[in-house]
Amino acid sequence: MASSEVPQPPMGMLAELTHRCPLQCPYCSNPVALERRRQELDTATWQRVFAEASEMGVLQVHLSGGEPALRPDLPELVQACADAGLYSNLITAGVNIDRARLETLADAGLDHVQLSVQGATPEVTDHIANMAGAHARKRAFAAEVTALGLPLTLNAVIHRANLHQIDDFVELAIELGARRLEIAHAQYYGWALVNRAALMPSREQVMSALERVEAARERLQGRLVIDAVVPDYHARLPKPCMNGWGRQSLNVTPSGKVLPCHAAETIPHLEFWNVADHGLQEIWYDSPAFNAYRGTDWMPETCQSCERKEIDWGGCRCQALMLTGDAAQMDPVCEKSPYHDEVQTLAVLDAAGDADFTYRRFARMPEGA
Amino acid sequence: MTAIQESDIVRLPRGVRLREDKQRGGWVLLAPERVFQLDDIAQTVVSEVDGERSVGTIIDRLCDTYQAPRERIAEDVTAMFAGLIEKRVLEIA
Repeated sequence: MASSEVPQPPMGMLAELTHRCPLQCPYCSNPVALERRRQELDTATWQRVFAEASEMGVLQVHLSGGEPALRPDLPELVQACADAGLYSNLITAGVNIDRARLETLADAGLDHVQLSVQGATPEVTDHIANMAGAHARKRAFAAEVTALGLPLTLNAVIHRANLHQIDDFVELAIELGARRLEIAHAQYYGWALVNRAALMPSREQVMSALERVEAARERLQGRLVIDAVVPDYHARLPKPCMNGWGRQSLNVTPSGKVLPCHAAETIPHLEFWNVADHGLQEIWYDSPAFNAYRGTDWMPETCQSCERKEIDWGGCRCQALMLTGDAAQMDPVCEKSPYHDEVQTLAVLDAAGDADFTYRRFARMPEGA
Repeated sequence: MTAIQESDIVRLPRGVRLREDKQRGGWVLLAPERVFQLDDIAQTVVSEVDGERSVGTIIDRLCDTYQAPRERIAEDVTAMFAGLIEKRVLEIA
């Protein structure tokens, strides 16, 4: 970063409580090497992390996974957020929380529920999540959420196999009483990268999806907030990934590693610190991984001289590494990148492909592990 | 734009909280996956929302605070509330 600037404290924290999940979505943002149950932080450590987060300026905590409800101590963790004054957001698949448990979470101070929907119909959801009956369970869960008066967001990750359902997702959100809908085009990291050839939509499909979202947003203003995460391979300009590296948010993995984003571990030379060894504040300000691409000093000349450098913050470091071999390159999605045409070609080729899903699963344990 | 009457009673919906942001200074509205940083005026206005006062009462109280023409304050307050309602961080009770 510009050396005179002191980084601001983070506003949001993604707490990946576990990587275990009953669903097997092929676009999961978790790393392909999932962390296992025996590596997970215990209740007391998470409670300390939430207290430290609040102390340093975090305002919102996203309790995520995997499926966070697989942690038996979830109510205690929600309570710890509430005690620390943190706004708690439960990001769930909604297939394993019954009415009684949801009431416990609400009583513990849960502020908001974000429910994932893989499709707008049972056939599509159950196929993408690779779980029979998932859609019906999600609908029942959504009804319990709104019956308790908790605010509900539906999150739909969009890709080639469900892009035709945009209007249906909007209708589903209204029907289930959601206040907010996220139409998030798949971002190609982790499992989504493995499945890119099965997920990538064509440019025409992307454009039509964007138009339908825009029309729904206008039609439903004041009734349903629709936030869109746009697909970037077909784009001209990079996304402001994380709104800048180490600028607004951090991610804690099930085993306590603290990352600038959930894909950051794909950059092999970075050194990540763990909450078991360091305080959260120390990690945010002093750890090598957070300082590696913070601010603008690390940027190549094309970014340095670009008027958008503090708008998109150079785009995504993980994508730069993945597609150019160098994490300090400008995001290759940018039209000023020498790799831009290559990325667009890649997207066209993947969109024309006919690949099957590789479902998200734990790898078989090697002998003796 | 949502039409607001002075007789309407406004409230923060469940899942929306006003709190002080001690680390950065100022006040914020915490909402589902969003944080709205409020300036001093917005904070003063939103602090008046208690789920019992009508929009008209809030305008009267702000007139006392700011010693400004009622018409002007009414215009600003209803515009601000309409914007917050559209973002679903305020609702008519």
